[in-house]
Amino acid sequence: MSLCEAEKTFILHGVEENFRIDGREREDYRPMEVEIGIISHAFGSARLRLANTDVLVAVKIEVDTPYPEKPSQGKLDFFVDCSANATPDFEGRGGEDLATGISNSLSDAYRSSKAFDLKKLCIMKGQKCWKLLVDILLLECGGNLYDAVSLAVKAALWNTRVPGVKSVGIDGKNVELNVSERLNDCVPLDVSGAPVMVTVCKIGEYCVVDPSAAEEKCSSAALVVAVSQGNITTVLQGSAGSLHPTTLMDSLGLGVEVANQLNIALMETLQSAPPHFDVGFLK
Amino acid sequence: MKIQVRLATQRVDPSVAINYRSPKIFTPGEVITVQDEFMRGHGTYEEDGYLKSSVAGVKQQVNKLISVRPLKSRYNGEIGDVVVGRITEVQQKRWKVDTNSRLDSVLLLSSVNLPGGELRRRCAEDEHMMREYLQEGDLISAEVQNVHSDGSLSLHTRSLKYGKLSQGVLVKVFPSLIKRSKTHFHNLPVGISIILGNNGFIWICPPINNEEDNVGGFVQNLEEVIPRTERETIGRLRNCILALAQSKMLLYDTSILYAFEESLKYSVSELLIPESMVDVAMSTQHRINMLEND
Repeated sequence: MSLCEAEKTFILHGVEENFRIDGREREDYRPMEVEIGIISHAFGSARLRLANTDVLVAVKIEVDTPYPEKPSQGKLDFFVDCSANATPDFEGRGGEDLATGISNSLSDAYRSSKAFDLKKLCIMKGQKCWKLLVDILLLECGGNLYDAVSLAVKAALWNTRVPGVKSVGIDGKNVELNVSERLNDCVPLDVSGAPVMVTVCKIGEYCVVDPSAAEEKCSSAALVVAVSQGNITTVLQGSAGSLHPTTLMDSLGLGVEVANQLNIALMETLQSAPPHFDVGFLK
Repeated sequence: MKIQVRLATQRVDPSVAINYRSPKIFTPGEVITVQDEFMRGHGTYEEDGYLKSSVAGVKQQVNKLISVRPLKSRYNGEIGDVVVGRITEVQQKRWKVDTNSRLDSVLLLSSVNLPGGELRRRCAEDEHMMREYLQEGDLISAEVQNVHSDGSLSLHTRSLKYGKLSQGVLVKVFPSLIKRSKTHFHNLPVGISIILGNNGFIWICPPINNEEDNVGGFVQNLEEVIPRTERETIGRLRNCILALAQSKMLLYDTSILYAFEESLKYSVSELLIPESMVDVAMSTQHRINMLEND
């Protein structure tokens, strides 16, 4: 997507005026829609649509051996797939950089034990643990990708049910797992601390949140802040531009504030979701 | 600031056709009729003695000719259409323009009015200056001059009303939602100009005054700051058009103006919420029905 100078000027003046092209103020978020449990063969899934950005997340669970240096921790892996349906730029290897960028930032954001406690995924110290594989599929890109992905991942993890283990037996070196046969006998994950990312875009002299694709084109610098329970877990720079130290502090503050509100809004919605509903994202 | 996260179960139905019969939508491969004496039009094909639909859309019949018009498609240009497009490439003697067609359209250097006004031969100097006039990313309004055999369009801006667009907002909708009319340039009474491109690109901008010495529209005023009131009207129009498009309503000056008037009870940013979008579309449809019944 390209913009001409006049369009950029119009957006820039709008941000200065605190009236963006769709009528939002600088700190306003667009309404979004979330769906959970839509993939029946995944352990947890979610789809999030924020204006034109569409993300589908599925969580799969495997039994694995813990890392030798972290014997009492489970594993959490992120994989991002950029569908060429989202934009033609993703064709071939086009989306690879973006995909690794997003999955690395997610791994960084979830690394802290306060954000996500991997110890709960341990089955037997040094022998067996659960490995969560989080697959993220970008179906459509309409700006503000990081925020949408982090919210969708959080919703999918909230929806994830880890199979209940009845007993663990050791026979020499072999470990035998006895997984409960009852389908409902499973454990939900604790996602209260799962980080929420907020992209703060600097357009002209001001910072905006939830930029649309056109606004992203106008921004001189962008900052992605991952926040878990009011604490910043990761900060990464979204584009090549530079930030003044005071702007940096201001944007961090803005990011934390917005992330807290996003987190509250998402958790409220997820908790109000009926346990079994059939919508499916093809409705 | 209030952040809205909604569940898919709370999704509102954008349809505005409640008491009114909505036409049947054919899906690709669906049998339309037994093929005996009918003629096969656009969007249809013959198989096993049946006439079947090749796109998802509604049937149109003119005497013996049956065609299926898709709701969502790329733009199929026709001569004389007004389009809004974006320059994608500058080549020798021509520009490539993205007009939402299957292929990029062509704007020849010889089919533009060059600054300076008078018609003259295009020289090598002009070819070197091409990027000064229009560069990649610039938006233009133009008219379809010719449709080539492969469906690609050639455009022209040989009129003072066409040319480069300055400050404003571009909204993209399905081409099928634009109602064909005598004029696609409107100066709305709310003090805003709007160009309804037949290709589904809609340009909303502050009023264009043609009285000033217009030189084929190659000037952009980047210093001008659009006043807040005009900006609010532009934003409101943008959100109204998207609301109408979401409910698959035809876009023309009256429907847009009605939607604008019906939307005044909401603030501009409230028009992003699905309920208010459907409400605006509903009341607009109601007013259009009243107008037609009178």
